Amino acid sequence: MTVAVYIFVMAAVTYIIRMVPFTFFRKKIKSRFVRSFLKYIPYAVLSAMTIPAIFTSTGNVVTSVVGTLVAVVLAFFDLPLIVVALAASASAFITGLFI
Amino acid sequence: MKSNFLRGMNHGIPIALGYLSVSFGFGILAVESGLSVLQSSVISASNLTSAGQIAGVGVIAAGGTLLEMILVQLVINIRYSLMALSLSQKLDRSFTAPHRLLASYGITDEIFAVCSAQKGTITPAYMYGMILISMAGWVLGTFLGASAGEVLPDSVTAAMGIVLYGMFLAIIIPPSRKKKSVLFVTVIAALLSVLFKYVLTMISGGFAVIICAIAAAGLGALLFPVSDEEEEAGE
Repeated sequence: MTVAVYIFVMAAVTYIIRMVPFTFFRKKIKSRFVRSFLKYIPYAVLSAMTIPAIFTSTGNVVTSVVGTLVAVVLAFFDLPLIVVALAASASAFITGLFI
Repeated sequence: MKSNFLRGMNHGIPIALGYLSVSFGFGILAVESGLSVLQSSVISASNLTSAGQIAGVGVIAAGGTLLEMILVQLVINIRYSLMALSLSQKLDRSFTAPHRLLASYGITDEIFAVCSAQKGTITPAYMYGMILISMAGWVLGTFLGASAGEVLPDSVTAAMGIVLYGMFLAIIIPPSRKKKSVLFVTVIAALLSVLFKYVLTMISGGFAVIICAIAAAGLGALLFPVSDEEEEAGE
């Protein structure tokens, strides 16, 4: 089987998963439970993806933890996404120079 | 219209920078798995997802069946269905079917997160701006990683691994500070995620995220149902 067939199948499945609910779900949901559920889904997904993965994200627990702490503090004070993201990375990099 | 597009691009800059570094790693991995630079870049351009692509390259390298490819992509990427459904409730009236068909291609964890954090409705132009710049970063990073390999020192690429997670924290922490309900959901999801990672290790990463998200958001919806006023405030 050629690689092109794999790539096509891969892309098609991924697209359909995104497209079907996005395109065919036109109604406003009435159920209060479902609306609440959908409101909380982004936070739940991001939290589950971030923790505990962030603590090993640089390949080193010490630099990852320092980067995480910097991100938490800056995010707590509502700094812009890009500032929080890059400061986390920069602090992990700088910490890495010392260990 | 135009300003929405530019605003979307602007909001997409951190995503694009994060993608550039993450996809760089994907490019290296794809070439190591026997794919060409072109194939790696086409995968990134047509899939626009991280975990699914890495697993997909694994299936190709192992000469797996197409059924296996379909199942792997379904399990890892099914979370996008939840995100698409959630986002479908936030779309502007100008989001007609053709726009939905086109923009659904670009629903990634990060684009979804930034779009859901916006106050009010989402326009097609806004999403296109964000998708375009994010995709440029994702494909360029893949191309560079696949063709140039290790041009950057390890210390730099390692430190780049935290960029996207830092952005996730910047999205979930401010609302968690302001709302007990959101704090509850993020803490439950994080605790469950730790449980799956270290105790229930037989569950794959893709499934674990789905279970954590459904359980945490479901509990949150039961204990803290949102009121109509809250939703209109764009929270």
